Amino acid sequence: MSTGFVAGPGSTGGEPPPRRSQIAPIAEAVAILDNIPGGGLILTTVEAALNWGRASSIWPLTFGLACCAIEMMAAYASRFDLDRMGAIPRATPRQADLIIVAGRATIKIAPIVRRLWEQMAEPKYVISMGSCATCGGPFYYDNYSILKGIDQVIPVDVYVPGCPPRPEALIEGILKLQEQIKREPILRQQAAAVLRGA
Amino acid sequence: MALRTEELMLNMGPQHPSTHGVLRLIVTLDGENIVDVQPDIGYLHSSVEKMMEHRTYVQNVALVDRGMDYLIALNNEEVYCLAVERLAGIQPPERARYIRVIFSELNRIASHLVWLGTWAIDLGATTVFLWCFREREMILDLFEKVTGGRLHHVYFRIGGVYADLPEGWVEECGAFLDYFLPRVDEYDKLLTENPIFLARTRGVGKISRADVIAMGASGPVGRASGVAYDVRKAAPYEVYDRMEFEVPVLEEGDCFARYLVRLAEMRQAVRIIRQALRDLPGGEIRTRVPMTMKAPRGEAYVHTESPRGDLGIHIVSDGAETPYRVKIRAPSFSNLYALTEMMKGWKVADVIAILGSIDIVLSDVDR
Repeated sequence: MSTGFVAGPGSTGGEPPPRRSQIAPIAEAVAILDNIPGGGLILTTVEAALNWGRASSIWPLTFGLACCAIEMMAAYASRFDLDRMGAIPRATPRQADLIIVAGRATIKIAPIVRRLWEQMAEPKYVISMGSCATCGGPFYYDNYSILKGIDQVIPVDVYVPGCPPRPEALIEGILKLQEQIKREPILRQQAAAVLRGA
Repeated sequence: MALRTEELMLNMGPQHPSTHGVLRLIVTLDGENIVDVQPDIGYLHSSVEKMMEHRTYVQNVALVDRGMDYLIALNNEEVYCLAVERLAGIQPPERARYIRVIFSELNRIASHLVWLGTWAIDLGATTVFLWCFREREMILDLFEKVTGGRLHHVYFRIGGVYADLPEGWVEECGAFLDYFLPRVDEYDKLLTENPIFLARTRGVGKISRADVIAMGASGPVGRASGVAYDVRKAAPYEVYDRMEFEVPVLEEGDCFARYLVRLAEMRQAVRIIRQALRDLPGGEIRTRVPMTMKAPRGEAYVHTESPRGDLGIHIVSDGAETPYRVKIRAPSFSNLYALTEMMKGWKVADVIAILGSIDIVLSDVDR
Protein backbone atom coordinates (compact mmCIF):
# COMPACT_ATOMS: atom_id res chain seq x y z
CA MET A 1 0.00 0.00 0.00
CA SER A 2 1.56 3.20 -1.11
CA THR A 3 0.09 6.20 0.55
CA GLY A 4 3.00 8.63 0.34
CA PHE A 5 1.40 10.78 2.94
CA VAL A 6 1.93 14.47 3.47
CA ALA A 7 0.25 16.37 6.25
CA GLY A 8 -2.99 18.07 5.25
CA PRO A 9 -3.13 21.75 4.46
CA GLY A 10 -4.85 22.41 7.76
CA SER A 11 -1.79 21.66 9.84
CA THR A 12 0.64 24.08 8.26
CA GLY A 13 -1.08 27.37 8.97
CA GLY A 14 1.25 30.19 9.86
CA GLU A 15 4.42 28.27 10.68
CA PRO A 16 7.41 28.09 8.33
CA PRO A 17 7.74 24.75 6.53
CA PRO A 18 10.05 22.26 8.31
CA ARG A 19 13.57 21.79 6.97
CA ARG A 20 14.16 18.80 4.72
CA SER A 21 16.58 17.25 7.24
CA GLN A 22 13.80 17.23 9.82
CA ILE A 23 11.28 15.32 7.75
CA ALA A 24 13.60 12.87 6.06
CA PRO A 25 13.52 10.19 8.78
CA ILE A 26 9.71 10.08 8.67
CA ALA A 27 9.73 9.79 4.90
CA GLU A 28 12.20 6.93 5.20
CA ALA A 29 10.04 5.24 7.81
CA VAL A 30 7.02 5.56 5.53
CA ALA A 31 9.01 4.11 2.64
CA ILE A 32 10.11 1.15 4.76
CA LEU A 33 6.66 0.46 6.13
CA ASP A 34 5.07 0.76 2.70
CA ASN A 35 7.13 -2.17 1.48
CA ILE A 36 5.97 -4.51 4.24
CA PRO A 37 2.89 -6.48 3.14
CA GLY A 38 -0.12 -5.10 5.00
CA GLY A 39 2.02 -2.22 6.16
CA GLY A 40 1.65 1.38 5.29
CA LEU A 41 1.49 4.44 7.39
CA ILE A 42 -0.56 7.58 7.36
CA LEU A 43 0.61 10.50 9.35
CA THR A 44 -1.69 13.43 9.73
CA THR A 45 -3.26 15.72 12.22
CA VAL A 46 -6.69 14.88 13.59
CA GLU A 47 -7.87 18.20 12.25
CA ALA A 48 -6.78 17.49 8.68
CA ALA A 49 -8.37 14.04 8.81
CA LEU A 50 -11.63 15.43 10.17
CA ASN A 51 -11.70 18.18 7.57
CA TRP A 52 -10.98 15.69 4.82
CA GLY A 53 -13.96 13.65 5.94
CA ARG A 54 -16.23 16.68 6.23
CA ALA A 55 -15.22 18.06 2.86
CA SER A 56 -15.77 14.73 1.12
CA SER A 57 -19.33 14.25 2.35
CA ILE A 58 -21.12 17.54 2.02
CA TRP A 59 -24.80 16.79 2.10
CA PRO A 60 -26.83 19.55 0.47
CA LEU A 61 -30.45 20.26 1.28
CA THR A 62 -32.97 19.44 -1.45
CA PHE A 63 -34.25 22.94 -1.84
CA GLY A 64 -34.76 24.64 -5.16
CA LEU A 65 -36.32 27.99 -5.78
CA ALA A 66 -36.34 28.71 -9.52
CA CYS A 67 -34.50 28.08 -12.78
CA CYS A 68 -31.16 27.35 -11.09
CA ALA A 69 -32.82 24.44 -9.31
CA ILE A 70 -33.31 22.78 -12.69
CA GLU A 71 -29.58 23.06 -13.36
CA MET A 72 -28.98 21.80 -9.82
CA MET A 73 -31.14 18.77 -10.63
CA ALA A 74 -29.17 18.29 -13.83
CA ALA A 75 -25.99 18.38 -11.75
CA TYR A 76 -27.33 15.55 -9.59
CA ALA A 77 -28.51 13.56 -12.61
CA SER A 78 -26.92 11.26 -15.14
CA ARG A 79 -24.32 13.31 -16.96
CA PHE A 80 -22.78 15.38 -14.17
CA ASP A 81 -23.40 13.07 -11.21
CA LEU A 82 -22.68 15.28 -8.23
CA ASP A 83 -22.81 12.22 -5.96
CA ARG A 84 -19.23 11.43 -6.91
CA MET A 85 -18.18 14.54 -4.97
CA GLY A 86 -19.88 13.07 -1.92
CA ALA A 87 -22.79 15.47 -2.23
CA ILE A 88 -25.91 13.44 -1.59
CA PRO A 89 -29.11 15.50 -1.40
CA ARG A 90 -31.00 15.33 1.89
CA ALA A 91 -34.65 16.23 2.20
CA THR A 92 -34.47 17.75 5.67
CA PRO A 93 -32.31 20.60 6.97
CA ARG A 94 -31.51 18.58 10.10
CA GLN A 95 -29.35 16.22 8.06
CA ALA A 96 -27.89 18.78 5.69
CA ASP A 97 -24.50 20.50 5.82
CA LEU A 98 -25.04 22.77 2.86
CA ILE A 99 -27.89 24.81 1.52
CA ILE A 100 -27.67 25.70 -2.17
CA VAL A 101 -29.86 28.75 -2.69
CA ALA A 102 -30.77 28.03 -6.29
CA GLY A 103 -32.80 30.78 -7.84
CA ARG A 104 -34.47 34.04 -7.04
CA ALA A 105 -35.63 34.49 -3.48
CA THR A 106 -38.69 36.63 -2.95
CA ILE A 107 -39.32 38.71 0.13
CA LYS A 108 -42.03 36.18 1.00
CA ILE A 109 -39.66 33.19 0.97
CA ALA A 110 -36.73 34.97 2.65
CA PRO A 111 -37.80 34.22 6.26
CA ILE A 112 -38.31 30.58 5.29
CA VAL A 113 -34.80 30.32 3.84
CA ARG A 114 -33.54 31.88 7.06
CA ARG A 115 -35.50 29.34 9.12
CA LEU A 116 -34.16 26.44 7.06
CA TRP A 117 -30.62 27.72 7.57
CA GLU A 118 -31.24 28.04 11.31
CA GLN A 119 -32.53 24.47 11.44
CA MET A 120 -29.33 23.08 9.96
CA ALA A 121 -26.75 21.72 12.39
CA GLU A 122 -23.32 23.40 12.66
CA PRO A 123 -21.01 23.43 10.79
CA LYS A 124 -23.11 24.61 7.88
CA TYR A 125 -22.39 26.24 4.58
CA VAL A 126 -24.27 28.25 2.00
CA ILE A 127 -23.76 28.34 -1.75
CA SER A 128 -25.51 31.15 -3.56
CA MET A 129 -26.23 29.77 -7.01
CA GLY A 130 -26.90 32.16 -9.84
CA SER A 131 -27.22 35.90 -10.25
CA CYS A 132 -30.62 36.17 -8.57
CA ALA A 133 -29.48 34.60 -5.31
CA THR A 134 -26.24 36.57 -5.44
CA CYS A 135 -27.56 40.06 -6.09
CA GLY A 136 -31.06 39.96 -7.54
CA GLY A 137 -29.73 39.40 -11.04
CA PRO A 138 -32.09 40.38 -13.84
CA PHE A 139 -34.72 41.22 -11.22
CA TYR A 140 -32.65 44.00 -9.66
CA TYR A 141 -34.32 47.02 -11.20
CA ASP A 142 -38.00 48.00 -11.23
CA ASN A 143 -38.90 45.09 -9.02
CA TYR A 144 -40.94 45.02 -5.84
CA SER A 145 -40.86 41.36 -4.86
CA ILE A 146 -37.37 39.89 -5.23
CA LEU A 147 -34.73 40.03 -2.53
CA LYS A 148 -31.56 41.68 -3.82
CA GLY A 149 -29.25 38.90 -2.82
CA ILE A 150 -29.70 36.07 -0.34
CA ASP A 151 -26.69 37.32 1.66
CA GLN A 152 -29.04 39.86 3.20
CA VAL A 153 -30.61 36.97 5.05
CA ILE A 154 -27.97 34.26 5.51
CA PRO A 155 -24.16 34.31 5.28
CA VAL A 156 -22.86 32.96 1.98
CA ASP A 157 -19.63 30.96 1.60
CA VAL A 158 -19.42 30.51 -2.16
CA TYR A 159 -21.07 32.53 -4.90
CA VAL A 160 -21.61 30.75 -8.21
CA PRO A 161 -22.20 33.23 -11.04
CA GLY A 162 -24.38 32.61 -14.06
CA CYS A 163 -27.96 32.89 -15.21
CA PRO A 164 -28.37 30.03 -14.65
CA PRO A 165 -24.89 28.62 -13.92
CA ARG A 166 -24.09 25.48 -15.83
CA PRO A 167 -23.88 22.28 -13.78
CA GLU A 168 -20.10 22.42 -14.24
CA ALA A 169 -20.11 25.81 -12.53
CA LEU A 170 -22.04 24.41 -9.57
CA ILE A 171 -19.59 21.52 -9.31
CA GLU A 172 -16.76 24.04 -9.33
CA GLY A 173 -18.52 25.89 -6.54
CA ILE A 174 -18.75 22.72 -4.48
CA LEU A 175 -15.06 21.97 -5.10
CA LYS A 176 -14.20 25.50 -3.94
CA LEU A 177 -16.25 24.90 -0.82
CA GLN A 178 -14.39 21.64 -0.23
CA GLU A 179 -11.07 23.50 -0.43
CA GLN A 180 -12.39 26.01 2.04
CA ILE A 181 -13.53 23.28 4.45
CA LYS A 182 -10.16 21.52 4.25
CA ARG A 183 -8.43 24.69 5.43
CA GLU A 184 -10.68 25.27 8.40
CA PRO A 185 -8.89 25.37 11.80
CA ILE A 186 -11.73 23.70 13.66
CA LEU A 187 -9.65 22.09 16.41
CA ARG A 188 -7.11 24.91 16.69
CA GLN A 189 -9.99 27.30 17.23
CA GLN A 190 -11.32 25.13 20.05
CA ALA A 191 -7.86 24.89 21.56
CA ALA A 192 -7.53 28.64 21.40
CA ALA A 193 -10.88 29.01 23.13
CA VAL A 194 -9.74 26.66 25.92
CA LEU A 195 -6.52 28.61 26.31
CA ARG A 196 -8.39 31.88 26.50
CA GLY A 197 -10.77 30.42 29.09
CA ALA A 198 -7.84 29.11 31.19
CA MET B 1 -70.73 6.39 22.42
CA ALA B 2 -69.07 7.88 19.39
CA LEU B 3 -65.56 9.19 19.90
CA ARG B 4 -65.05 12.84 19.11
CA THR B 5 -62.42 13.33 16.42
CA GLU B 6 -60.93 16.53 15.20
CA GLU B 7 -59.73 17.54 11.81
CA LEU B 8 -56.01 17.98 11.47
CA MET B 9 -54.39 20.83 9.59
CA LEU B 10 -51.19 19.73 7.92
CA ASN B 11 -48.77 22.21 6.45
CA MET B 12 -46.83 20.96 3.47
CA GLY B 13 -44.11 23.14 2.05
CA PRO B 14 -42.84 25.56 0.96
CA GLN B 15 -39.71 23.50 1.53
CA HIS B 16 -40.71 20.00 0.59
CA PRO B 17 -38.80 17.73 -1.77
CA SER B 18 -41.94 16.90 -3.73
CA THR B 19 -43.73 20.19 -4.19
CA HIS B 20 -41.89 20.93 -7.46
CA GLY B 21 -40.83 24.34 -6.29
CA VAL B 22 -41.95 26.53 -3.48
CA LEU B 23 -45.60 25.69 -3.14
CA ARG B 24 -47.26 25.56 0.25
CA LEU B 25 -50.27 23.31 0.65
CA ILE B 26 -52.48 23.57 3.70
CA VAL B 27 -54.08 20.15 3.86
CA THR B 28 -57.06 19.49 6.12
CA LEU B 29 -57.17 15.86 7.14
CA ASP B 30 -59.81 13.69 8.74
CA GLY B 31 -57.67 10.81 9.86
CA GLU B 32 -55.92 9.86 6.69
CA ASN B 33 -58.52 11.28 4.35
CA ILE B 34 -58.14 14.63 2.71
CA VAL B 35 -61.02 16.97 3.44
CA ASP B 36 -59.64 20.11 1.86
CA VAL B 37 -56.48 21.44 0.24
CA GLN B 38 -55.67 25.12 0.03
CA PRO B 39 -52.57 26.10 -1.97
CA ASP B 40 -50.64 29.13 -0.74
CA ILE B 41 -48.81 30.70 -3.64
CA GLY B 42 -46.66 33.75 -4.24
CA TYR B 43 -43.35 32.45 -2.92
CA LEU B 44 -41.78 32.92 -6.34
CA HIS B 45 -43.57 36.06 -7.48
CA SER B 46 -41.09 37.78 -9.77
CA SER B 47 -43.26 40.79 -10.70
CA VAL B 48 -42.34 40.15 -14.31
CA GLU B 49 -45.50 41.78 -15.66
CA LYS B 50 -44.62 45.06 -13.95
CA MET B 51 -40.97 44.83 -14.99
CA MET B 52 -41.91 44.40 -18.62
CA GLU B 53 -43.56 47.82 -18.54
CA HIS B 54 -40.14 49.36 -17.90
CA ARG B 55 -38.23 47.54 -20.63
CA THR B 56 -38.37 47.88 -24.38
CA TYR B 57 -40.09 45.27 -26.52
CA VAL B 58 -36.74 43.85 -27.61
CA GLN B 59 -35.32 43.67 -24.08
CA ASN B 60 -38.37 41.86 -22.78
CA VAL B 61 -37.49 38.69 -24.68
CA ALA B 62 -34.76 38.03 -22.11
CA LEU B 63 -37.19 38.66 -19.30
CA VAL B 64 -39.92 36.23 -20.34
CA ASP B 65 -37.35 33.41 -20.25
CA ARG B 66 -36.75 33.88 -16.57
CA GLY B 67 -39.82 35.58 -15.22
CA MET B 68 -42.34 33.17 -16.69
CA ASP B 69 -42.18 29.38 -16.68
CA TYR B 70 -38.44 28.71 -16.59
CA LEU B 71 -38.63 25.16 -17.93
CA ILE B 72 -40.06 26.27 -21.26
CA ALA B 73 -38.09 29.40 -22.09
CA LEU B 74 -38.52 28.95 -25.83
CA ASN B 75 -42.29 28.53 -25.61
CA ASN B 76 -42.42 31.74 -23.56
CA GLU B 77 -40.35 33.58 -26.13
CA GLU B 78 -42.63 32.23 -28.85
CA VAL B 79 -45.84 33.52 -27.29
CA TYR B 80 -44.27 36.88 -26.46
CA CYS B 81 -42.80 37.38 -29.92
CA LEU B 82 -46.06 36.35 -31.55
CA ALA B 83 -47.97 38.88 -29.45
CA VAL B 84 -45.59 41.73 -30.29
CA GLU B 85 -45.57 40.72 -33.94
CA ARG B 86 -49.35 40.78 -34.03
CA LEU B 87 -49.36 44.16 -32.28
CA ALA B 88 -46.81 45.73 -34.61
CA GLY B 89 -47.84 43.86 -37.75
CA ILE B 90 -44.48 42.17 -38.30
CA GLN B 91 -44.33 39.06 -40.44
CA PRO B 92 -41.42 36.73 -39.63
CA PRO B 93 -39.91 34.85 -42.59
CA GLU B 94 -41.02 31.32 -43.38
CA ARG B 95 -37.78 29.68 -42.30
CA ALA B 96 -37.92 31.35 -38.89
CA ARG B 97 -41.44 30.07 -38.33
CA TYR B 98 -40.36 26.50 -39.03
CA ILE B 99 -37.33 26.87 -36.76
CA ARG B 100 -39.59 28.18 -34.03
CA VAL B 101 -41.83 25.14 -34.33
CA ILE B 102 -38.83 22.78 -34.13
CA PHE B 103 -37.47 24.50 -31.05
CA SER B 104 -40.71 24.84 -29.16
CA GLU B 105 -41.49 21.17 -29.75
CA LEU B 106 -37.99 20.16 -28.59
CA ASN B 107 -38.59 22.27 -25.51
CA ARG B 108 -41.90 20.51 -24.99
CA ILE B 109 -40.10 17.16 -24.95
CA ALA B 110 -37.46 18.51 -22.55
CA SER B 111 -40.13 19.86 -20.24
CA HIS B 112 -42.10 16.61 -20.25
CA LEU B 113 -38.88 14.72 -19.50
CA VAL B 114 -38.26 16.85 -16.41
CA TRP B 115 -41.85 16.28 -15.34
CA LEU B 116 -41.68 12.53 -15.87
CA GLY B 117 -38.36 12.22 -14.07
CA THR B 118 -39.35 14.25 -11.04
CA TRP B 119 -42.79 12.73 -10.75
CA ALA B 120 -41.38 9.22 -10.97
CA ILE B 121 -38.83 10.05 -8.28
CA ASP B 122 -41.70 11.27 -6.08
CA LEU B 123 -43.38 7.91 -6.57
CA GLY B 124 -40.17 6.04 -5.75
CA ALA B 125 -38.90 5.18 -9.23
CA THR B 126 -35.40 6.67 -9.23
CA THR B 127 -34.26 5.09 -12.48
CA VAL B 128 -36.73 7.04 -14.59
CA PHE B 129 -35.26 10.32 -13.34
CA LEU B 130 -31.78 9.36 -14.47
CA TRP B 131 -33.01 8.09 -17.82
CA CYS B 132 -35.08 11.17 -18.52
CA PHE B 133 -32.24 13.52 -17.70
CA ARG B 134 -29.92 11.51 -19.92
CA GLU B 135 -32.13 12.25 -22.93
CA ARG B 136 -32.80 15.80 -21.80
CA GLU B 137 -29.10 16.58 -21.83
CA MET B 138 -29.03 15.61 -25.50
CA ILE B 139 -31.80 18.10 -26.26
CA LEU B 140 -29.94 20.77 -24.31
CA ASP B 141 -26.85 20.00 -26.38
CA LEU B 142 -28.89 20.58 -29.52
CA PHE B 143 -30.11 23.89 -28.07
CA GLU B 144 -26.64 24.90 -27.04
CA LYS B 145 -25.23 24.45 -30.52
CA VAL B 146 -27.70 26.97 -31.90
CA THR B 147 -28.58 29.34 -29.08
CA GLY B 148 -25.55 29.09 -26.81
CA GLY B 149 -27.71 28.48 -23.77
CA ARG B 150 -29.00 25.43 -21.96
CA LEU B 151 -32.02 26.85 -20.20
CA HIS B 152 -32.42 30.50 -21.13
CA HIS B 153 -31.85 31.14 -24.79
CA VAL B 154 -33.13 34.55 -25.92
CA TYR B 155 -33.19 32.88 -29.30
CA PHE B 156 -36.58 33.86 -30.69
CA ARG B 157 -36.55 37.53 -31.51
CA ILE B 158 -39.27 39.84 -32.67
CA GLY B 159 -39.47 39.19 -36.40
CA GLY B 160 -37.68 35.87 -36.48
CA VAL B 161 -34.90 34.02 -34.71
CA TYR B 162 -31.46 35.19 -33.66
CA ALA B 163 -29.18 32.84 -35.59
CA ASP B 164 -29.44 30.30 -38.36
CA LEU B 165 -29.00 26.61 -37.71
CA PRO B 166 -25.33 25.59 -37.94
CA GLU B 167 -24.17 23.14 -40.55
CA GLY B 168 -25.16 19.57 -39.82
CA TRP B 169 -27.61 20.50 -37.09
CA VAL B 170 -30.67 19.26 -38.98
CA GLU B 171 -29.08 15.81 -39.41
CA GLU B 172 -28.04 15.77 -35.77
CA CYS B 173 -31.55 16.63 -34.68
CA GLY B 174 -32.95 13.89 -36.92
CA ALA B 175 -30.51 11.39 -35.43
CA PHE B 176 -31.57 12.40 -31.95
CA LEU B 177 -35.24 11.85 -32.83
CA ASP B 178 -34.40 8.36 -34.15
CA TYR B 179 -32.64 7.68 -30.88
CA PHE B 180 -35.32 9.22 -28.72
CA LEU B 181 -38.45 7.44 -29.92
CA PRO B 182 -37.38 3.97 -28.66
CA ARG B 183 -36.45 5.63 -25.35
CA VAL B 184 -40.08 6.72 -24.90
CA ASP B 185 -41.03 3.06 -25.32
CA GLU B 186 -38.51 2.28 -22.60
CA TYR B 187 -40.17 4.67 -20.16
CA ASP B 188 -43.44 3.14 -21.19
CA LYS B 189 -42.17 -0.34 -20.42
CA LEU B 190 -40.66 0.77 -17.14
CA LEU B 191 -43.78 2.44 -15.78
CA THR B 192 -46.98 1.58 -17.63
CA GLU B 193 -46.98 -2.06 -16.57
CA ASN B 194 -45.32 -1.49 -13.23
CA PRO B 195 -47.82 -2.71 -10.57
CA ILE B 196 -46.57 -0.28 -7.91
CA PHE B 197 -46.82 2.64 -10.30
CA LEU B 198 -50.31 1.52 -11.37
CA ALA B 199 -51.47 1.19 -7.77
CA ARG B 200 -50.26 4.71 -7.01
CA THR B 201 -51.74 6.37 -10.10
CA ARG B 202 -54.60 4.47 -11.75
CA GLY B 203 -57.94 5.87 -10.64
CA VAL B 204 -56.23 8.31 -8.30
CA GLY B 205 -57.00 12.01 -8.38
CA LYS B 206 -59.92 11.88 -10.79
CA ILE B 207 -61.44 15.03 -12.13
CA SER B 208 -64.46 15.21 -14.38
CA ARG B 209 -64.67 16.91 -17.74
CA ALA B 210 -67.17 19.47 -16.43
CA ASP B 211 -64.89 20.37 -13.52
CA VAL B 212 -61.89 20.77 -15.79
CA ILE B 213 -63.79 23.19 -17.99
CA ALA B 214 -65.21 25.08 -15.02
CA MET B 215 -61.76 25.53 -13.44
CA GLY B 216 -60.13 26.54 -16.70
CA ALA B 217 -57.57 23.75 -16.56
CA SER B 218 -55.95 23.13 -19.90
CA GLY B 219 -53.17 21.20 -21.56
CA PRO B 220 -52.54 17.58 -20.64
CA VAL B 221 -54.67 17.96 -17.49
CA GLY B 222 -57.69 18.88 -19.60
CA ARG B 223 -56.99 16.36 -22.35
CA ALA B 224 -56.71 13.54 -19.82
CA SER B 225 -60.28 14.33 -18.75
CA GLY B 226 -61.73 14.29 -22.23
CA VAL B 227 -61.43 17.96 -23.22
CA ALA B 228 -60.18 17.70 -26.79
CA TYR B 229 -58.68 21.17 -26.85
CA ASP B 230 -55.25 22.00 -28.14
CA VAL B 231 -54.42 25.55 -29.23
CA ARG B 232 -52.20 24.19 -31.97
CA LYS B 233 -55.34 22.71 -33.55
CA ALA B 234 -58.01 25.12 -32.32
CA ALA B 235 -56.21 28.35 -33.25
CA PRO B 236 -53.09 27.37 -35.20
CA TYR B 237 -50.13 29.72 -34.94
CA GLU B 238 -46.73 29.61 -36.68
CA VAL B 239 -46.97 26.73 -39.14
CA TYR B 240 -48.88 24.20 -37.06
CA ASP B 241 -51.74 24.21 -39.56
CA ARG B 242 -49.39 22.53 -42.06
CA MET B 243 -48.33 19.82 -39.64
CA GLU B 244 -49.96 16.47 -39.31
CA PHE B 245 -50.31 15.38 -35.72
CA GLU B 246 -52.84 13.96 -33.34
CA VAL B 247 -54.02 15.40 -30.07
CA PRO B 248 -54.07 12.57 -27.54
CA VAL B 249 -57.28 12.66 -25.52
CA LEU B 250 -58.31 10.26 -22.76
CA GLU B 251 -61.52 10.07 -20.75
CA GLU B 252 -60.39 8.72 -17.37
CA GLY B 253 -59.16 11.99 -15.83
CA ASP B 254 -56.87 10.28 -13.30
CA CYS B 255 -53.12 10.57 -12.71
CA PHE B 256 -52.46 7.61 -14.97
CA ALA B 257 -54.35 9.22 -17.86
CA ARG B 258 -52.37 12.44 -17.45
CA TYR B 259 -49.20 10.40 -17.61
CA LEU B 260 -50.31 8.59 -20.75
CA VAL B 261 -51.33 11.85 -22.45
CA ARG B 262 -47.89 13.39 -21.85
CA LEU B 263 -46.14 10.27 -23.05
CA ALA B 264 -48.20 10.36 -26.24
CA GLU B 265 -47.47 14.08 -26.60
CA MET B 266 -43.76 13.36 -26.63
CA ARG B 267 -44.28 10.96 -29.52
CA GLN B 268 -46.41 13.53 -31.36
CA ALA B 269 -43.76 16.19 -30.80
CA VAL B 270 -41.22 13.95 -32.46
CA ARG B 271 -43.61 13.60 -35.39
CA ILE B 272 -44.03 17.36 -35.71
CA ILE B 273 -40.27 18.03 -35.54
CA ARG B 274 -39.62 15.43 -38.24
CA GLN B 275 -42.10 17.12 -40.57
CA ALA B 276 -40.66 20.55 -39.83
CA LEU B 277 -37.12 19.33 -40.46
CA ARG B 278 -38.22 17.76 -43.72
CA ASP B 279 -40.07 20.86 -44.97
CA LEU B 280 -37.61 23.43 -43.59
CA PRO B 281 -37.38 26.12 -46.26
CA GLY B 282 -34.29 28.19 -46.98
CA GLY B 283 -34.01 31.94 -46.98
CA GLU B 284 -34.00 34.70 -44.39
CA ILE B 285 -34.33 34.00 -40.71
CA ARG B 286 -35.22 37.43 -39.44
CA THR B 287 -37.15 40.49 -40.51
CA ARG B 288 -35.26 43.63 -39.63
CA VAL B 289 -36.71 45.26 -36.57
CA PRO B 290 -35.14 48.38 -35.02
CA MET B 291 -33.69 47.87 -31.55
CA THR B 292 -35.93 50.62 -30.23
CA MET B 293 -39.05 49.53 -32.01
CA LYS B 294 -42.30 51.22 -31.14
CA ALA B 295 -45.55 49.32 -31.32
CA PRO B 296 -48.59 51.21 -32.52
CA ARG B 297 -51.35 52.08 -30.06
CA GLY B 298 -53.57 49.12 -29.43
CA GLU B 299 -53.61 45.71 -27.83
CA ALA B 300 -53.02 42.11 -28.81
CA TYR B 301 -53.73 38.77 -27.21
CA VAL B 302 -52.00 35.63 -28.41
CA HIS B 303 -52.27 32.21 -26.87
CA THR B 304 -50.24 29.13 -27.60
CA GLU B 305 -50.09 25.55 -26.43
CA SER B 306 -47.28 25.38 -23.91
CA PRO B 307 -46.30 22.01 -22.39
CA ARG B 308 -48.55 22.86 -19.41
CA GLY B 309 -51.53 24.15 -21.33
CA ASP B 310 -53.04 27.28 -22.76
CA LEU B 311 -50.39 29.98 -22.36
CA GLY B 312 -51.56 33.45 -23.30
CA ILE B 313 -50.08 36.90 -23.29
CA HIS B 314 -51.96 40.17 -23.54
CA ILE B 315 -50.01 43.28 -24.43
CA VAL B 316 -51.43 46.78 -24.34
CA SER B 317 -49.45 49.47 -26.10
CA ASP B 318 -49.77 53.24 -25.85
CA GLY B 319 -47.45 53.77 -28.79
CA ALA B 320 -44.22 53.95 -26.78
CA GLU B 321 -41.09 51.81 -26.81
CA THR B 322 -42.26 49.84 -23.81
CA PRO B 323 -45.53 48.00 -23.30
CA TYR B 324 -48.16 49.86 -21.31
CA ARG B 325 -49.42 46.70 -19.65
CA VAL B 326 -48.64 43.01 -19.99
CA LYS B 327 -50.83 40.25 -18.65
CA ILE B 328 -49.73 36.65 -18.73
CA ARG B 329 -52.34 33.91 -18.69
CA ALA B 330 -50.45 31.08 -17.03
CA PRO B 331 -51.69 27.52 -17.50
CA SER B 332 -50.18 26.25 -14.25
CA PHE B 333 -52.24 28.75 -12.28
CA SER B 334 -55.53 27.37 -13.59
CA ASN B 335 -54.31 23.80 -13.26
CA LEU B 336 -53.46 24.48 -9.63
CA TYR B 337 -57.04 25.64 -9.18
CA ALA B 338 -58.24 22.18 -10.17
CA LEU B 339 -55.93 20.55 -7.63
CA THR B 340 -58.30 20.97 -4.67
CA GLU B 341 -61.04 19.18 -6.57
CA MET B 342 -58.69 16.33 -7.55
CA MET B 343 -57.41 15.76 -4.04
CA LYS B 344 -60.65 15.76 -2.06
CA GLY B 345 -61.48 12.33 -0.67
CA TRP B 346 -58.08 10.78 -1.30
CA LYS B 347 -55.56 9.63 1.28
CA VAL B 348 -52.71 11.76 2.49
CA ALA B 349 -50.24 9.47 0.73
CA ASP B 350 -51.82 10.39 -2.61
CA VAL B 351 -51.09 14.11 -2.23
CA ILE B 352 -47.67 13.78 -3.82
CA ALA B 353 -48.87 11.60 -6.68
CA ILE B 354 -51.72 13.99 -7.56
CA LEU B 355 -49.66 17.15 -7.16
CA GLY B 356 -46.93 15.81 -9.40
CA SER B 357 -49.38 14.69 -12.04
CA ILE B 358 -50.57 18.21 -12.90
CA ASP B 359 -47.00 19.24 -13.79
CA ILE B 360 -46.97 22.57 -12.07
CA VAL B 361 -44.11 25.03 -12.21
CA LEU B 362 -44.35 27.65 -9.52
CA SER B 363 -42.66 30.28 -11.62
CA ASP B 364 -45.58 29.96 -14.00
CA VAL B 365 -48.13 30.18 -11.19
CA ASP B 366 -46.65 33.20 -9.43
CA ARG B 367 -44.99 35.03 -12.33
